Amino acid sequence: MAESQDKRKEARSARWENIARGLYRFRSNRLSMLGLLMLIFILLVAIFAPVIAPYPEDAAGKTRVTARLQPPSTEFAFGTDKIGRDIFSRVVMGTGLALQVGTVIILLATTIGVTIGAVSGYAGGWLDDLLMRITDIFLTVPALVLAIAISAALGKGIINTMIGISLVWWPGFARLTRSLVLSLREEPFVEAAYGIGAGHMRIIFRHILPNAVSPIIIKMTTDFGFAVLTAAALGFIGLGAQPPTPEWGAMINDGRRYFPDEWWIATFPGLAIWLMVFSWNLIGDGLRDVLDPRSRR
Amino acid sequence: MNIRFYILRRIALVIPTLIGLSILTFSIARIVPGDPVGLAAGPRATEEIKEAFRREFGLDQPLPIQYINYMTGLFRGDWGESLYTRRAVINDLRVYWPATLELTTAAVVIATVLGVPAGVISAMYRNRLPDHVARVLSLFFVSFPSFWLAMIFQTWFARDLGLFPIGKRLPVLVSPPAPTTGLFLIDSLVQLDLETFLISLRHLFIPALVLSFGAFASITRITRASMVEALEKDFVRMERAIGIPYRVIIFKYVLRNALIATITVISLNFGWLMAGAILIETIFDWPGLGLYAVEASLSLDFQPIMGIAILYGVVFSVVNILTDIVYGILDPRIRYG
Repeated sequence: MAESQDKRKEARSARWENIARGLYRFRSNRLSMLGLLMLIFILLVAIFAPVIAPYPEDAAGKTRVTARLQPPSTEFAFGTDKIGRDIFSRVVMGTGLALQVGTVIILLATTIGVTIGAVSGYAGGWLDDLLMRITDIFLTVPALVLAIAISAALGKGIINTMIGISLVWWPGFARLTRSLVLSLREEPFVEAAYGIGAGHMRIIFRHILPNAVSPIIIKMTTDFGFAVLTAAALGFIGLGAQPPTPEWGAMINDGRRYFPDEWWIATFPGLAIWLMVFSWNLIGDGLRDVLDPRSRR
Repeated sequence: MNIRFYILRRIALVIPTLIGLSILTFSIARIVPGDPVGLAAGPRATEEIKEAFRREFGLDQPLPIQYINYMTGLFRGDWGESLYTRRAVINDLRVYWPATLELTTAAVVIATVLGVPAGVISAMYRNRLPDHVARVLSLFFVSFPSFWLAMIFQTWFARDLGLFPIGKRLPVLVSPPAPTTGLFLIDSLVQLDLETFLISLRHLFIPALVLSFGAFASITRITRASMVEALEKDFVRMERAIGIPYRVIIFKYVLRNALIATITVISLNFGWLMAGAILIETIFDWPGLGLYAVEASLSLDFQPIMGIAILYGVVFSVVNILTDIVYGILDPRIRYG
């Protein structure tokens, strides 16, 4: 009993040592630290949005007819749009939404993809064939095209956009998880677990998947920015969030007719999207180096 | 294994996937909770008119029958008809597809021409300034929403500086070259019409450049990684030892070894950019599949969307097969099997 506890402690401390080494390598990567700082800034903006935004009610569509299409000024830092809403307030209030959209898409896609990939890799045989053929179907068409089709079919709106994008985003996770499971399945500890009578579900979730976490987390991070971009693209097309939701892509679409004379309407939401995506890409780039030493030598 | 047999086998393997894709798009089109018929027939349409609509488009039949009808149509070249314009989808695709193909190909070429050298330089100056600059720049540009950057570039380069046209493939007064391929650059060259060639090149440049940014980062990254790996092979040390100039080693031996992985990424990017073109086209008024797709999806017109999805699926599969064939040409060690 005491011995097994010691073993467990040992394993845990080894795991911590790995994490600590990884953290050190991540910290020594200045670009990724910059990305992390940017993301923390974005999180703070999202949390304190109602305090930061001078006119938080503008996010809900309050209009100000007397101040239509005003250029940036001390009163309206990013100017106002066609019905006099403060762009700065709307960009700030939209930050949380963009984070939520990315989180929901990535979590849904990971859940679907990891489950399918794990079952496929573990079971093998006809089930593996079937699941991988289904995955292939989704990979034959560029994600954006299917996302447009599914979102259109489900109906305009931010929730349907998120569902639509998640439904085309999982195949990457499925492929990745399957390849990880395929190699882990042959490890002696899996055989040992099977030998002492562990069930399939227990082997998959307690023994195999915990060892496959790192690559999956990197993919979640690198994909986050692109998920936000895709959602913004659908908003821009007009399929995503509907007015007056302060969704950045939809705001760019809104300002398109006024570009470039009233350039501020579309410019600032675009910069906000860029900041969000850039921060995630920097972090993802650093994580990839930490967890896959081969990628950066 | 014989290469011809290999290609045939690859094509045979693609068919079930494409049938699956058709089932998928068909299911998407039929779960529409909205009422496309009501939308198309107009707000004042009576139940009889809608019924006539449904009968005309075969929407009153059971789903499996509808699917079989659609599939037999596909093979006969009848890809359905738009609920709105009443035009045959196949004809629309024939008109719009070359524009998107030209734009996407140009973007892939630009991304390759910029990305591969950037990756080579990164690998040669590993972890030194040029490497860091290339890395930051590629992440910087890939993070922009393409449709937004398109708007900015359009304003700067076309409106303010007047260096490039605002949009479209050709000015209204210039008639397009007689269609052989539908790609204006190739058609005009074939007819030795240099003027039209240059005009369409100028129209193409900015949209293609913006679109190419999406692919730049991944092409640079993979080129760098595989170059670094190849540079550490024994043959490089041997070649340096016998005094072959470094430049020759890099471009003649290392790059060739590194290109295999790069080509996979380039071909994947072809598919992604083809989708990204949808967004760029709406900004530059580029008469391709993008504008067509956006219009159709906003009005729940599903025949065109299904047509586009299947066309994209076919093109992507063909590109993948071509990529595998190119592998064999680049690397004779690869056996088809």
